[in-house]
Amino acid sequence: MIPEDLLARRFGEVVESSTTSFVAQCYRIDGAPSLGALVRTNEPHVYGVVSQITTEPLDTARPVLARGEYAVSEDELLRGNPQLTRLLTSRVEAAIVAHGVGPDVRQHLPPAPPMVHSFVYFCNAPEAAPFIQAPEFLHLLTRVSAAHADEVVTACLRRLAASHADPGYFLSLAGRALAVELAGDVARLNYILRRVTL
Amino acid sequence: MSLPPIDLGQNGTAEMPDGYLGMVVEGSLTNGVEVRLSGGSSVEQVKVGTFVSIQGAKHRFFGVVTDVGLGSTDPRLKYTPLADDDPFVTGVLQGTVAFGTISVLPQLTMPAVLGNGEAPAAAKTIPAHFSKVFAASQRDVELVFGSEEGGNFWVGNPLDMETRLCLDLNELVKRSMGVFGKSGTGKTFLTRLLLVGVLQGGQASALIFDMHSEYGWQGQDNDRGISVKGLKQLFGAKVSTFTLDEEHSRRRGVTPDETVRLGYNHIEPEDIELLRETLNLSQVAASAAYNLRERYGQEEWVSRFLETGRQGSLLELAGEMEVNAGALRALYNRLSGLTRYNFLAEHSREDASARIIDHLERGQHVVLEFGRYGDDLSAYILVSNLLTRRIHQSYVQAKELASGGRGREPRPLVIVIEEAHKFLNPSVASQTIFGTIARELRKYNVTLMIIDQRPSGIEDEVMSQIGTRFTCLLDNERDIEAVLSGTPGSRQLRAVLARLENKQQALVFGHALPLPVVIRVREYGAELYESVGRNGRSTQPGITAAEQLQRDLDDLF
Repeated sequence: MIPEDLLARRFGEVVESSTTSFVAQCYRIDGAPSLGALVRTNEPHVYGVVSQITTEPLDTARPVLARGEYAVSEDELLRGNPQLTRLLTSRVEAAIVAHGVGPDVRQHLPPAPPMVHSFVYFCNAPEAAPFIQAPEFLHLLTRVSAAHADEVVTACLRRLAASHADPGYFLSLAGRALAVELAGDVARLNYILRRVTL
Repeated sequence: MSLPPIDLGQNGTAEMPDGYLGMVVEGSLTNGVEVRLSGGSSVEQVKVGTFVSIQGAKHRFFGVVTDVGLGSTDPRLKYTPLADDDPFVTGVLQGTVAFGTISVLPQLTMPAVLGNGEAPAAAKTIPAHFSKVFAASQRDVELVFGSEEGGNFWVGNPLDMETRLCLDLNELVKRSMGVFGKSGTGKTFLTRLLLVGVLQGGQASALIFDMHSEYGWQGQDNDRGISVKGLKQLFGAKVSTFTLDEEHSRRRGVTPDETVRLGYNHIEPEDIELLRETLNLSQVAASAAYNLRERYGQEEWVSRFLETGRQGSLLELAGEMEVNAGALRALYNRLSGLTRYNFLAEHSREDASARIIDHLERGQHVVLEFGRYGDDLSAYILVSNLLTRRIHQSYVQAKELASGGRGREPRPLVIVIEEAHKFLNPSVASQTIFGTIARELRKYNVTLMIIDQRPSGIEDEVMSQIGTRFTCLLDNERDIEAVLSGTPGSRQLRAVLARLENKQQALVFGHALPLPVVIRVREYGAELYESVGRNGRSTQPGITAAEQLQRDLDDLF
């Protein structure tokens, strides 16, 4: 019997997996978590920060065509073509930042990548707590090899701050941890810091 | 699993013990260690010259801040446009990417266990990486410099501390000392204070050649426009005032104990040699004085030479002596200039030096006031050199007798001279008695306290023999270099010295102190007077209460 809360937080399952990141396919086209959200896989618990969200055709050989030339609204378009949502899928790429359960969460890479088909969940407040308390994962997150890595960090910190009772306190703490990571790149640090409070 | 060394409180300060400043990040024994300030310590709260203690892995070190700086982990910081209006960004950067640094010269290693009698020792190593650095506590300072209870003299307070910084007077008077600083930085007050210490401690007698009559009876505080008590007012019968200018003393309402009269017969060619620069005499002219003494003898050479000159027979004399006539003429002109001094008589049987020695031997201190002659450098140099030479001779004899077991050890003497570079500049230091005293050190129980505003004018060898140096603000590069010569860590001290405040601050270093220290000089006022009143008269050795009372009465009437 799966607890209801857990079921509600499940949004997809792992379809690609590597040491540093995993890709989850969402069950619903609109069911993807936001950029920067903290997610985790099922046993073993591997935590990731959403770094890329893609919605694409299931069959890459069949590109999506524009169909709404005469539709009044997007809703009407979808009602007229109910097959469309079935031909598309949302995929989420998450940068791996930690693994472990409860107090044993280790903010570094797991020994093995998460299992393919492992369920993927949104993290709830208790699961996010270790990351708020000691944002060591910023070391991994700032090194995400994506052109928009800084946006991922910013989005992640903003989300965590919002879930903290004292966002200012958390941001100071995280800002200092970030300053240690980006000690040699003050321009980048400045960019991120200026955006986390926006 | 929890992080926080960065535990941010309300204002972003790290939770660390009181006085925590930062940690050691690099360094060497010769250059001192570099300390990175923690996020909670602002660079603005650390001043050059203040003390810090460093908790190493095995030892605790005691050092002095020699430089303060700003550092950054990213050299591009200065070129990166940052929003100075965003307190969050600047708050985060402060102490992480941008931080304060201080340079610390570890001077001493502190005993591992306090109170077991072990004294701090000179540091022969430096604290390891990441050693924690704290502002020195009052207890540390007392441990290093000693406290007033140990019979030491409170001379001032370390910067920004209420701790009384004390000097070991025994060590202070063992070697010559120097008080330096440019004009108006408080040399006179510092000297007066040190003299109060010496007099109060009773370790030595003091002979003060008081150029501007400011130590004996009372002095002026030009800044506050008030007069301050002189040594005589504070110590009564323990101090004897001599004067060269009785009239001047009387005008000031002061009754000197003795008036000094000197005769031409007391003047020696060495005195002339010393006055060469002041009188603008050539080397040839000055050395003619030796020929004259050879010809006429010590007792009469000046008077007979002047007589010959008055009779217009200088040319013949020059011929007879085979010296340059022009040089002899110049010598005559300058010497006859000296005759205008009222304290000089043709012939004097009086031996002022013997009387001064007499007072000194009785455990008294002598202040010789120059009155109106204070502004006449020739008079000052002539008299102080002349008297000191004789006093020194008698000390040498007494010391030799004492070491032969036939006499009492002479009482240690501190001779105070102003404008010292006139006596101790490289061209005359080898010939003057002051040069000899400075070099001989305490062999004959006589040391110097030299007061000067141009230490660069003092000969290197003499400078190197000055045990303890008190330096008020100096801004001339050469003076700073001269004062710091031969001092370990002089490069670092230079920064400290150049940044002293204009008034009431001094850098003190040398023999009497375990490490250099910047002090705020103790206030010369009511509190000091009171402490002298409490201890001053009772500490003089060898004088009973009844004798003291009698002396005080004599002094009063």
